[in-house]
Amino acid sequence: MGNSDSAIEIDTRPWLDVEQRGRTFYLTVGGSWTVRHAAILDPQLRALEAGHASDVEIDASGIDRLDSTGGWLLVRTKMTFEAAGIRVPVFKTPELYTALLASIEREHITPPVSIEERVTLAAFLERIGRATHNVAIQAVGIIGYLGHVTLEWLEAIYAPRGNLRVTAIVHQIEEVGINALPIVGLLMFLIGIVLAYQGADQLKRFDLEILTINALGIGVLREIGVLFTAIIIAGRSGSAFTAQIGTMKVNEELDAMQTIGLNVVDVLILPRIIALVIALPFLTFYADIMALIGGAVMCYFDLGITIPEYIRQLHTAVGVNTLLVGLIKAPVFAYVIAMVGCYEGMNVERNAASVGKLTTRSVVEAVFLVIVLDAGFSVLFSVLGI
Amino acid sequence: MAEAPSEPVIRLRGVVNRVGGRLLHDHVDLDVNRGEILAVVGGSGTGKSVLLRSIVGLMTPSEGSIEVLGRDVMHMSEKELRTLQMRWGVLFQDGALFSSQTVAENIQVPLREYTTMSQRLMNEVAAMKLSMVGLPEDAAQKHPSELSGGMRKRAGLARALALEPELVFLDEPTAGLDPISANLFDELVRGLQKSLNLTVFMVTHDLDTLKATADRVAVLVNRRLKIGTIDELRNDSDPWIQEYFSGPRGRAALAS
Repeated sequence: MGNSDSAIEIDTRPWLDVEQRGRTFYLTVGGSWTVRHAAILDPQLRALEAGHASDVEIDASGIDRLDSTGGWLLVRTKMTFEAAGIRVPVFKTPELYTALLASIEREHITPPVSIEERVTLAAFLERIGRATHNVAIQAVGIIGYLGHVTLEWLEAIYAPRGNLRVTAIVHQIEEVGINALPIVGLLMFLIGIVLAYQGADQLKRFDLEILTINALGIGVLREIGVLFTAIIIAGRSGSAFTAQIGTMKVNEELDAMQTIGLNVVDVLILPRIIALVIALPFLTFYADIMALIGGAVMCYFDLGITIPEYIRQLHTAVGVNTLLVGLIKAPVFAYVIAMVGCYEGMNVERNAASVGKLTTRSVVEAVFLVIVLDAGFSVLFSVLGI
Repeated sequence: MAEAPSEPVIRLRGVVNRVGGRLLHDHVDLDVNRGEILAVVGGSGTGKSVLLRSIVGLMTPSEGSIEVLGRDVMHMSEKELRTLQMRWGVLFQDGALFSSQTVAENIQVPLREYTTMSQRLMNEVAAMKLSMVGLPEDAAQKHPSELSGGMRKRAGLARALALEPELVFLDEPTAGLDPISANLFDELVRGLQKSLNLTVFMVTHDLDTLKATADRVAVLVNRRLKIGTIDELRNDSDPWIQEYFSGPRGRAALAS
């Protein structure tokens, strides 16, 4: 092949000539038949019509550079003629490339790869069907997993076999609880400000701005505090669980654990679930306090309510029960977030895209389930009259 | 089209590489000639892959000059490097196929990026490359995770050959393959090198590969390269080289 060190520069333009004499069709080609010119040559070659000719003579001796893509174009042209019942008695090629062309023709056993074009209506419907089916399988899988983990967890409590790993639990509590304090605190403080401002703005019109505190206190303690904390933690820790466990799975670390005789549920999953179930109520309590402080700051600057007044009003508006109604939800949310995070982590397949996909899915599912459960709690509490 | 001995395809002069403060290459010189298979060997951690990565522009040495196909790769704009990269292909360890795409799509990535071929022609070219590297036709629609290690390497080689490069870099082409697949891969490399007149720069540990494919061998010892044919190197006095070629594995591989 071209021995020059500047192969691109010496590339000449490829050309092809056709001529018909009697029953013979002459195809003469030359120039550089390389991958860089293939896009130009391809449609010209496909458009060739030998008409009523019975023989085709191909003269490729004018080719000065040929690579395997160009070689394929030549061989394909020859084979197309032959497939149409036209003989190709003459196929002249430069000696240098005879071996390459022969091997392309000989090894050509593979029919062209057909990459499915997924644009048809049927394909669209198929995708919807497939997705629906996947959702169903997913739901069954997650329920099965819930049962599996719950059994392990009950076993750990009733028949301890040393499978509660305290160090791992404490480490996870630090990860998911203590390390989350800054972000949860800041966000809830801001949310307190926003809620107080909105409430004050509306209630001022009726001269009832003092009731801002009631609305804020009840709203934050019953709903907003726990819901927002759970959502933040789903994004922060649920995703981390999926990514950590998923990456370990990609590295075959989980398989290694099993061969050593470590129970993956004991070692990886229970510590995470227990840690989150312990940490989330505390985080929620802290989040409630931060939101109320945010509200107090807003009330002071916007409505001129002093801190003692604020506390007094808050005291008449909310009781310990209000706080507990919020807090009781936290361990349930935590359980769901940790379960989903670990479950999706275990589902990771051994490729790079899978970790990202399932991490996203774990957050979406966790947030979805948290909100559904919250709605469920609301119904339950209203039936119970709490 | 034989011409007078042309310039080397790869020319390294005084290359110094430090990784994490550790000196790996101390003024390394190397010429790779057109149409030859040069294999780089050396102990683990001596920086064989680092050498490969500096030549293909994935990292920049702290000193020295590297010319590939007559161009200085160290002082080159991003755009010039792109143009030059079209003229070489790299096979990474384990293929480095894009895991979200099928094998056929992997092969078509460079074609789609650098040419204006129709999808139909790209499919045909992908099929041809697959048959060139000896993969069955049903491999085209599979994802890399469904392939064995040997098939992934073949598919990686098919992708590396997509743009008809003059120069191919192979990083540990036979590592992790069973002996039979490794032999087949050696034959494949040798065969493709002949039929496409490739220049091959390969990093390897495998003595059998060395024996079966390499025209010349560059041994990385004491942060320098010692270059020669296998026979020349066997007579070298360096203890590591002696151990490498005359140890039990070396003797077995070279005896046949």
